[in-house]
Amino acid sequence: MSRSAKKGPFVDEKLYLKVSKLNENRAKQPIKTWARACTIIPEFVGHTFEVHNGNKFLRVFVQEDMVGHKLGEFSPTRVFRGHSGKKPTTPGAAPA
Amino acid sequence: MPRISGVDIPPDKKIKISLRYIFGVGPSNAMSILKEAGIDPERRAKELSEDELAKIIGILDRGILVEGALRRAIGQNITRLRDIGSYRGARHRRSLPVRGQRTRSNARTRKGPRKTVAGKKGVKELGK
Repeated sequence: MSRSAKKGPFVDEKLYLKVSKLNENRAKQPIKTWARACTIIPEFVGHTFEVHNGNKFLRVFVQEDMVGHKLGEFSPTRVFRGHSGKKPTTPGAAPA
Repeated sequence: MPRISGVDIPPDKKIKISLRYIFGVGPSNAMSILKEAGIDPERRAKELSEDELAKIIGILDRGILVEGALRRAIGQNITRLRDIGSYRGARHRRSLPVRGQRTRSNARTRKGPRKTVAGKKGVKELGK
């Protein structure tokens, strides 16, 4: 079920504060975060986040099109390297 | 034979059913179109006058994405998901279920016909 519209989108408070601070100073620097569930809001566009995937932090540069998605959608938590015994038929078919 | 939005020609059925042959028009869209046009939904498609058909086409043109335009819009949405590098885009790229369904079993609609893997558990029993 989707989230109630009454509440508005979920935005991690601390992350939001950090971003607004950067916006005030017109600064751009990557922000490390574990807040994968945080919705990307228009203020985030142009910033780089380092989103934790459970193992390490993956860089996510936020584009305009990403608004409305969650940060976690861009930091995959699983790696699929293909099944055993299967020759890679097309290069790039199974990106690590 | 009535012809609406390009190639669609549904003749002997009730108009509320015939309209659903257009890609992008389902039960509820069909009813709301007919209500707006003031046409009895139980009448047959072939009984409609040119004026009534024109009315339906007008309503479709104004508000409802249909056929090619709708297919294009859907394709663009998927391309967008791919281009921004989202998880859903990745699932589309590999043609696996996008909405978190299980893939250990089932998921045949997305994965296509079964590809039997030799040596995998259960394969021997299938061969007997």
